[in-house]
Amino acid sequence: MALDSKSDLPQFKVVGTRPARPDGIDKVTGRARFGADMSAPGMLTGLILRSPHAHARIVSIDTSKAEALAGVHAVVTRKDFREITDDDFTADILDNCMAGAKALYDGHAIAAVAASSTKIAREALKLIDVTYEKLDHVTDVDEAIEDGAPVLHEGRSDETVPAGMSPNVLSRYEFGHGDPEEGLKNADHVVERTYKTEATHQGYIEPHACLAQMGPDGQGDLWVCTQGHYMVRNTCAAILGIEQGQLRVTASEIGGGFGGKTTLFLEPVALMLAKKSGRPVKMVMTRSEVLRATGPTASTSIDVKIGMTKDGKITAGFAEMRYQGGAYPGSPVEFGAMSAFAPYDLEHVKTIGWDIVTNRPKAAAYRAPGAPMAAFAVESAIDELARHFGLDPLEVRLKNAAREGTKASYGPTYPAIGLEATLRTAKDHPHWSAPLGENQGRGVACGFWFNFGGDTCVTLNITPDGTVTVSEGNPDIGGSRASMSMMAAEELGIPYEKVRTIVADTGSLGQNEVTDGSRVTFAVGLATIEAARAAKREMCKRAAMIWGIDEEAVEWVDGAAQPAGPNAGKFPPMTLAEIAETASNTGGPIAGHHEANPEGAGVSFATHMCDVEVDPDTGAAKILRYTVFQDAGKAIHPAYVEGQFQGGAAQGIGWALNEEYIYGDDGILQNAGFLDYRVPVASDLPMIDAVILEIPNPGHPYGVRGVGETSIVPPLAAVANAVSAAAGVRMTDLPMSPPKLLAALHAKG
Amino acid sequence: MHYLSPTTVDDAVAMLAAQTGDCRILAGGTDLLVRMKSGFAEPDAIVDIKRIEGMRDILHEDGGFRIGAGVSGAEMSENADLVAAWPGVVEAAGLIGSTQIQGRATMAGNLCNASPAADSVPAMVAANAVARIAGPNGQRDLPVAEVPTGPGKTSLAPGEFVTSIFLPARPDRSGDAYLRFIPRTEMDIAVVGCGVSVTLDENGTCTDARVALGAVAPTVILVPEAAEALIGTTLDDAVLEAVAKACSAAATPISDKRGTVEFRTHVAGVLARRATKIAKTRAGGK
Repeated sequence: MALDSKSDLPQFKVVGTRPARPDGIDKVTGRARFGADMSAPGMLTGLILRSPHAHARIVSIDTSKAEALAGVHAVVTRKDFREITDDDFTADILDNCMAGAKALYDGHAIAAVAASSTKIAREALKLIDVTYEKLDHVTDVDEAIEDGAPVLHEGRSDETVPAGMSPNVLSRYEFGHGDPEEGLKNADHVVERTYKTEATHQGYIEPHACLAQMGPDGQGDLWVCTQGHYMVRNTCAAILGIEQGQLRVTASEIGGGFGGKTTLFLEPVALMLAKKSGRPVKMVMTRSEVLRATGPTASTSIDVKIGMTKDGKITAGFAEMRYQGGAYPGSPVEFGAMSAFAPYDLEHVKTIGWDIVTNRPKAAAYRAPGAPMAAFAVESAIDELARHFGLDPLEVRLKNAAREGTKASYGPTYPAIGLEATLRTAKDHPHWSAPLGENQGRGVACGFWFNFGGDTCVTLNITPDGTVTVSEGNPDIGGSRASMSMMAAEELGIPYEKVRTIVADTGSLGQNEVTDGSRVTFAVGLATIEAARAAKREMCKRAAMIWGIDEEAVEWVDGAAQPAGPNAGKFPPMTLAEIAETASNTGGPIAGHHEANPEGAGVSFATHMCDVEVDPDTGAAKILRYTVFQDAGKAIHPAYVEGQFQGGAAQGIGWALNEEYIYGDDGILQNAGFLDYRVPVASDLPMIDAVILEIPNPGHPYGVRGVGETSIVPPLAAVANAVSAAAGVRMTDLPMSPPKLLAALHAKG
Repeated sequence: MHYLSPTTVDDAVAMLAAQTGDCRILAGGTDLLVRMKSGFAEPDAIVDIKRIEGMRDILHEDGGFRIGAGVSGAEMSENADLVAAWPGVVEAAGLIGSTQIQGRATMAGNLCNASPAADSVPAMVAANAVARIAGPNGQRDLPVAEVPTGPGKTSLAPGEFVTSIFLPARPDRSGDAYLRFIPRTEMDIAVVGCGVSVTLDENGTCTDARVALGAVAPTVILVPEAAEALIGTTLDDAVLEAVAKACSAAATPISDKRGTVEFRTHVAGVLARRATKIAKTRAGGK
């Protein structure tokens, strides 16, 4: 593509092709082992008793009848865990896994049992006698900060929160530069609106599951479905008060995570049940438990004020953002406040974020946490301004687009970035000029995500027969084993089929950060390339030894060592397989490894375009066409990059149209199942077109940028802008479910 | 828990009579098994009626169709005669669940689950279908409309179960249709449902009509005012508007997680108008 610049990159042979993934056959034949597929001799079933109240003091828990039931081997409550006083973050995770003084939301874990069958375990749960003192509750983000709102925690607000605010406000964040009030004076028109989004769940198909074993010798083993088994090990060790090296954690195949499996829910409880019972304990959540008690994202309420001149220049942007992150600190409002205006080059910009608690499950990360809601608010306002002046919404964005050298609204100055390329490509795409029919509308929106590096450790082993195994420590969610094998094969100059990548357990490698922040293809890829380079150096050394020449006189070309020039001597090239075969005689096994915490994860931008038809009689919105334009830096396996683009768009469409957490007046979740928590089904969506742009990231040897998260940032706004255009009424409240849209149509008249 | 699998109606009746605890009838199981797995139902006994003779049959009877209580939606969709005579009923049954569920889910089960949002029930009520019921006091026939009495409740006495559904003979120039509103395109539950059946004379004038609504009251309701508006007309646009008004007026929905009172009331009329158009076309009306 003309907008790409690939001049500095190597000529790739493997990278950029589309080989089959190594886990593919196992997954389509049902042989792949997910969290619930693990079992062990003598295994017990663990189940959790959950709070039926949104907010209640736990007066007493009597477990004696449950313990007396035949077949029950252990009952666990918070009393079985040590007090954690030195680390609020870990203490909150424990409190979320097993309630202490209060039940803080509908579904909060109160006690757990391990029994010889599921039937007995269910019976035992009924025999646990809990006395609750019901407390007033609050689930709405705006109501939570009103005077007199029910208070979840006293004394948890940090120093950033001004005195006199509700104790439910825990932190304040501020980003930006310039003076928005000054900038607004230069505007020809200002849009000022409040936008609301409801909480949505990551919606992974595989519920949380684990199998725990804890021996009397203090050694533990845990098999678990997670995005990060090193995180599971470290946090479980902290909660249980054991050494990290004594707990080995193995990650299963994972049926989706999207950020929701970057924390703990069952694991410390399963280990405690295993410890108390002396038997392996398996725990598998139901879908209802997943929705009630595992991480959705935040619901939000965002005030936006943006000014624009009549020729489309944004003079100032301001946003005040309220995110509720459930019952504990840590809503993703900081990322929301950082990312809201990140696509734009603004002289005056300011965002303020408030972290708020409510009686809902603790928010977990969800794909670009915090950014989609912020983009919904800002991109809706920009769309409204463009329409006000009759300007092309892509041109308006191009006029204000951040580019290399722009000081970002959250602080840094951008290196080479791809936003402009996505906008220009969108403008030239046939989708942009395709005609629209009656009741149809088109929307566009931009999105940004930071991406991340993090602790990474990779070992690459050369086997005696000249094949290659790569051990990495990140659960494979999006095809990363294939991508690692491709990068290793590329670097070593051997076929993809000669490399097999595995996800190693916590005993096999050093610390690895969770599979999050779109980091794996970037950071683990970088470490894999470096590990391959280390192995190449070693193989050159072995060849030099055999040939009796200097190491520096040997180079690696097309999968073989060869003399580096005519002066080095005349020897036929030695292939990787030939060197491997004699390794035992030249110094022993050959391996390469690399450990790093790489900086330089390049930021990623996308532009989305969406066509919608609204049924004016029912308020139903149908997605007719959808195109994603995103910068991937370099697409290692383009099919999986396209899959990430499409997946993020599909989740964002669900968030925009029908997905929502619905609470009754009693604070109880009304739709804890996939019938009434409506993720889009296949027939709801058109084929989502994915256009990959490649503006290389200078921080990665092959130019890779993370691609997993940016794709969910624009769709809320892209869909809302399309629906608003089709319906002729501005929609500011998500989801735009049919009852809400029909009411807006009727109110418009 | 006991699993019982009788092969005759008499055996089934005797088994049901002998049970003292919580005993459930199993047809396709697409409601019952889900409830059991999620812990909402813990029956002491299950009587599987699928092996009873005739339960899996679709028979011609008096010009109409007798559909066994174990016949799945997929089997109905594959019966060409039934599809030709009662396309609305078949498409309503065909909306229950996914392709996999279609191989199991039955209309009798859908009826006895007694959800006000059951998809096949408004179509059956519009079709004037009759349920055949077996029990300790013998066999009886009851209009489908009189089986559900409220959400999750039926008029069936203890020990009784539905053995078949009868769809009556079709006069010439008849057509039926069922439409539901769901936020998605499939795999969903009706926020509003509407079944319409019409018969026209040679001039295209409506001589008979039945209109039923789902999910707008504690049970599926018949809307006689809508039928009255149709009979004697050629179902032109003004008449369709009157049908929509009658259906919106008859709806007494609640607001819940699936929709508001205002939404359901309005959409009941929209669906009635649209379903009537389809039924008219199927009846050969112009």
